[in-house]
Amino acid sequence: MGRRNAGVRDARSDAKRLGALITGGSIALYGLSRRSRGGIALAAAGGWLAYSGAKENIPSEMIAHSSMIINASQQEVYRFWRDFENLPRFMNHLENVKVTGERRSRWIALGPLGTRIAWDAEIISERATEEIKWRSLPGSDLEVDGVVRFRPATGNRGTLIEVISVVIPPAGELGRAVAKVFGKDPSFMMRQDLRRLKALIEAGEIPTVEGQTHGPRSAKVAALRVLDPDHPVRVGGANIKDVLTAKRRIA
Amino acid sequence: MKAVCWMGVEKMSVENVPDPQILNPRDAIVRITSTAICGSDLHLYNGFVPTMEQGDILGHEFMGEVVEVGPSVNGDKLKVGDRVVVPFTIACGRCFFCEQQLWSCCDNSNPNYWIAEQMMGYSPSGLFGYTHMLGGYSGGQAQFARVPFADIGPLKIPDGVPDDKVVFLSDIFPTGYMAAENCNIRPGDTIAIWGCGPVGQFAIRSCFMLGAERVIAIDHVPERLQMAQEGGAEAINFDEADDVVALLKELTGNIGPDACIDAVGMEADGHGLPYLYDRAKQMMRISMDRPLVLRQAIMACRKGGTISVPGVYGGFLDKIPFGQYMNKGITMKTGQTHMMRYMKPLLDRVQRGEIDPSFVISHRVPIDKAPEMYKTFRDKQDHCTKVVLDPWANVAQA
Repeated sequence: MGRRNAGVRDARSDAKRLGALITGGSIALYGLSRRSRGGIALAAAGGWLAYSGAKENIPSEMIAHSSMIINASQQEVYRFWRDFENLPRFMNHLENVKVTGERRSRWIALGPLGTRIAWDAEIISERATEEIKWRSLPGSDLEVDGVVRFRPATGNRGTLIEVISVVIPPAGELGRAVAKVFGKDPSFMMRQDLRRLKALIEAGEIPTVEGQTHGPRSAKVAALRVLDPDHPVRVGGANIKDVLTAKRRIA
Repeated sequence: MKAVCWMGVEKMSVENVPDPQILNPRDAIVRITSTAICGSDLHLYNGFVPTMEQGDILGHEFMGEVVEVGPSVNGDKLKVGDRVVVPFTIACGRCFFCEQQLWSCCDNSNPNYWIAEQMMGYSPSGLFGYTHMLGGYSGGQAQFARVPFADIGPLKIPDGVPDDKVVFLSDIFPTGYMAAENCNIRPGDTIAIWGCGPVGQFAIRSCFMLGAERVIAIDHVPERLQMAQEGGAEAINFDEADDVVALLKELTGNIGPDACIDAVGMEADGHGLPYLYDRAKQMMRISMDRPLVLRQAIMACRKGGTISVPGVYGGFLDKIPFGQYMNKGITMKTGQTHMMRYMKPLLDRVQRGEIDPSFVISHRVPIDKAPEMYKTFRDKQDHCTKVVLDPWANVAQA
C-alpha cells in the first residue's frame, strides 16, 4: 500500500524531472551545435538544468526482467552464465566480476564519471542447467536479488533464458549513482544485455561499430553519442578527457 | 582513404578518412575495386530516412579483394587475396533466422538493435552504409571497407569475370530476382512492375526467367521504359495514362495482373490529389512515405493474386485500401533481400551467359564525382540509370 502511494508521488515528480531533463538537454544540444562562446555557455546552463532534472529522486527499488531465446543448448548457456566472470562481456554497466569463492563473487559496476559501485554476491541456490539465484552480502554498496532460469525453447530452437534482478539502492549520492547505472528502464537495459549474450554465444562476437572509420562528425552527433543510454561512456578514474574525445573515439 | 560521406540532406562529400580496421574477430577488410550508388541511397540523400548522422560513409553495393581477415574468420570460406562481392545485408550465419535462410532478418548483426526495436518493434539485420537504426556500419563507397561476419556474406568470384558483370550481385540483381520469386510465378502469368529503375529492370528479366508470359512495366522516364521494353516488357508511361489501374485491367481482360511488384517504395511520383496529399504530408514530416504505388498495386492486382514489395518504406502508411486487399484475398511478400540465398545461383546464371547485369550501367565515374552523381541520379538527368564508381581512378583522367 505504501509503495503504491510512493508510486503516485514518483509519477508527479517524474514529469517535472523529465521536463527539466528534456528542456535542459535540448538547450545543451542547441548550445553545442552553435559552436561559439555563447553556445558553450548555453550548453553549460542546459547541462546543469538536465543534471538537476536527473538528480532528484532515488527509486526505492529497480526491477529488471527480461527473457531471450538463444540458439544453443541449455548446458552451454547455463555454463556461460554460471561463470560470473563472463557477465561483464555482455553487461555494459559492469566493469568487472571476480569469482572469490565456490559460491561468492565480487561485482564492480561503473557509475557516472568513473565512480565505481561494488558489491559481493553469494549464490543462495542453484539447480544445474536450470536456475541460479544470488543475493548481495552485507557491506555492499547496494542490495541485489537475482535469479536466472534456463529452459528448452519450443520447436527445438535452443534455450529460453529469463532473468529477474531487483536492486535496492542505498540513500544519498551513492544511491543516485546506482540509479544512474541501472537507468530509467532497467528491463530495457537487461534486454540489451541479453541480446549481447545471445550474439556472443550464437555468433561468437557482439556486433559493433565502435571505433570504425567515418567522416567528420558534428558536435550534435558527438553529444548524442555520449548520451546514448546503451553505450555508457567508460571513463577510467574521473578522466574527463575521455568524455571530451568521445567524438573521435565512438563511431 | 577516400570515402563518400553523408554530411546532411542533399550534402554529399568525398572526405579523406582513416582506413578501416578489424574490430571483431570475424571481420575482414576489403580493398574495393567497384562500388555503386543505389536507389535506396537516394532516400538517404533526400533525407527521408531517420537516424542518419553527419559523417556517415554510404554505399552498400561493392566488391573487391580481401586484404585482411580477423582471427575467427573461417579460412576455408575466405582468405586474403580472394576476390569477393559483398552483400548489402550483414548476417551472422548462426541465429534462428540465418538458419532459416532469412538472412536479412539476422538477429545478431545490428549493434543498434535497440533503436530499430524502439521504432519498429524488431530489428532486421545490419546493413552497410545505411542508417544508424540499421547498424550505422560505414559503407562501401570508399577505397576500403570493414566487412563483419566475413565468412558468411562475401561471395568469391573467379578471375576472368569482369567487375561490371558481378558487382550487382551485391544488391540489385538478387533484389530484383527475389521480387520476382516472391510473386509465386506460374507459367503463363502476367506481372505488373511499378518502377523501372535498376531493381525493376532486374525484376523484369527475373520474371521471364521464372516463367512469366507477360510483364507490364510502369514508369515515366523514357529511357527506363525503353530499357524495360528491351527486356521484353510492355511499357506504360504513367504521365500519359489517365488511370494506371484501369489501363492494367483493360490490358488483362479485366482480370488484373496475377502479381504486382512495387519496385518504387516510399518516394513514389504520380499525379492528382492523392499524390499531392502524400507529398504535403511528407514535407511536413507527418509521414515518411508516399505509398501511391502500393495503393495502385492493391487496386490492380487480380483476386487471389500476389503483391511483392522490394521498394523501401519507412513507417506507417496512410490510405491503404485494406478492405480491397482483404476481400480480394491478396498475398503480400516483402523484405530486404535474403542475399546469400541468391548470390551463388545468380552468379552461375551470369557465368552461363543467361544474363549480363552490366546492361543497367549508364555512368562509370571516379569516386570524386560521387556527390554530383547523387544529384544526377536523383533527378534522373543525363539518362542516368545506374552509377558505378571507381574508388581508385585518377580524377584528372576522367
